[in-house]
Amino acid sequence: MYLNLSWRNIWRNKKRTLIALASVFFAVITAVNMRSMQLGSYAYMIHSTARFYNGYLQIQNKQYWEKRSLENSILQDSLDFSRLKQVHHVLGLAPRLEAFTLLSFGNTTRVGQIIGIEPEQENKVTNLKTRLIAGEYLRQDDYAALVSKGLAQMLGLSLGDSLVLYGQAYHGQIAASLLPVKGIIEYPIRELNNSMVYIPLQAAQDIFLMPGRLTSVAIMIDENRHLKDVKEKVARLIPPHYRVIDWPTMLPELHQSIQFDNISGMLMLAILYVVIAFGVFGTIVMMISERVREFGILIAVGMKKTRLLIVTFGEIVFISLIGALTGILGALPIVYYFASHPIRFTGEAARSFDALGIEPVFNFSTDPTIFLNQALVVFLIALATFAYPIFFIKKLEPDKALRS
Amino acid sequence: MALIKVENLTKIYNTTAVPVKALNNVSVEFEKGEFTAIVGPSGSGKTTFLNMIGGLDKPSEGQIIVDGVKLADLKGSKLVEYRLHHIGFVFQAYNLIPVFSALENVEFIMLLQGVPKKERQQRARELLEAVGLGDRLNNRPGQLSGGQQQRVAVARALASRPEFVLADEPTANLDSKSADDLLDLMENLNQKYNMTFIFSTHDARVIKRARRVVTLRDGAVVNDQTSN
Repeated sequence: MYLNLSWRNIWRNKKRTLIALASVFFAVITAVNMRSMQLGSYAYMIHSTARFYNGYLQIQNKQYWEKRSLENSILQDSLDFSRLKQVHHVLGLAPRLEAFTLLSFGNTTRVGQIIGIEPEQENKVTNLKTRLIAGEYLRQDDYAALVSKGLAQMLGLSLGDSLVLYGQAYHGQIAASLLPVKGIIEYPIRELNNSMVYIPLQAAQDIFLMPGRLTSVAIMIDENRHLKDVKEKVARLIPPHYRVIDWPTMLPELHQSIQFDNISGMLMLAILYVVIAFGVFGTIVMMISERVREFGILIAVGMKKTRLLIVTFGEIVFISLIGALTGILGALPIVYYFASHPIRFTGEAARSFDALGIEPVFNFSTDPTIFLNQALVVFLIALATFAYPIFFIKKLEPDKALRS
Repeated sequence: MALIKVENLTKIYNTTAVPVKALNNVSVEFEKGEFTAIVGPSGSGKTTFLNMIGGLDKPSEGQIIVDGVKLADLKGSKLVEYRLHHIGFVFQAYNLIPVFSALENVEFIMLLQGVPKKERQQRARELLEAVGLGDRLNNRPGQLSGGQQQRVAVARALASRPEFVLADEPTANLDSKSADDLLDLMENLNQKYNMTFIFSTHDARVIKRARRVVTLRDGAVVNDQTSN
């Protein structure tokens, strides 16, 4: 009956209630769409970047990330790949053996990065096959290389030429080999395009005298929001002297730029919610001030102030949650439409995305927490505005209220 | 023993530059089953007196003892509980909950008392039938006349099964016919259930029907007359 009273009270002045509801409704629609676009774009950017090379996560020796030394490698057989693949949200695992060496052809020598890969696994994680612009993709039993276009141009390499590799192998031994060029790949990022050489993992382990050893296993997952969960599960499946590092550790610049941009988005949202808070607060103040005498009567006839506060709180919650829920329902079709039809943008920003090999689009996220968070924020606003009725009713004296 | 014992009651309001003595050393007793009018001109202290007995305001001096309980000893929610279970209120402007039907308005007091739903609905229906509104159970206050609203207010006041009912100028907003009907109703309830009614008024018709008339002037009792 108390909730019934709250519900009926909010409809005493239909116009005012509808205006308050509309303010919450439109603010929530705006907030959900803003947040969905912002988080969706971050997720897309992170996913694209992870796909480039690093993956979302990597399993490594605890010292490898800082030292990048072959001495800090891991044993392939110490990892249970079949169990790792079964971790929910994992899309693929790419075992790698990475090393920097001198690369020569003819009279030219450059420093390059050799990455030993399992070609099909690597393709699942980084879509490497799509970067092939000439020649053929690697097979597991090949003894050949895919060379990045910039590096091939610098060395004057063509398909079928033999690339000379010379560097340091495991335990300070010498790594040297002659690898035929099987394919040319292209990266939109200059640093990668000028340095990458992919060879089959078995070949790399032979060259660097590291049979059965890896420097890392890159892990691709479906969405960034599952990162923490997957990281924890993977960490439980690996030996304790290995570690799982995530993309924010591997790509701190990207992480920081997203954090910075996210803060500005949050500030915009905060401003929006302050506006909502004042809208709801104004309605509550009016609803209270025009019922002083009625409150006095209710207290006089024996209604405890706590029960009166329950009724008033019910009114605030009804207005806030109806506004929030209808706002979320209103936002759903918009968010889902743009999630399947991303907004394409142009200009300077688009060119910088292109340069990174990322499609210049605003992706919308359909992460349910975006919707739930808006309902939660509106509920918190309701709680905050409830301070006024608490203060007002606590101070209310029935005899004075009756005379008002 | 008197149901209500008022001893040396004084109330001074300090809200203006000059303190106003609304009640001045009032001592009076009310027995169970009385049908009493508190009369006097505007500003004589009638409403203040009822508010004091009803525990809505605190005396500056003196004390009120209701059925052996000193109201001054009851604080906060205990006082609210006391009002809920022992006193019925009828106000000049009816003061029903506008969004509730007549039935729900009467039922609401019993909800506050924790009466089970079935019982409170049945009792509310019986009370409204007793005040002649059996056919208006589901009408909201805005759909009822002033007289009908005041009848609902009386039914609400009786719903908690109080020891006495305080009515502040209950006929002030009613036409003659409605005022007579309301007085008939209250008189009938008083005689039938030995329910104590204390009401403030300056309506001559009401004064004529009261069996005891206490007259206040400038906050003091100047006359206390009982008729048979």
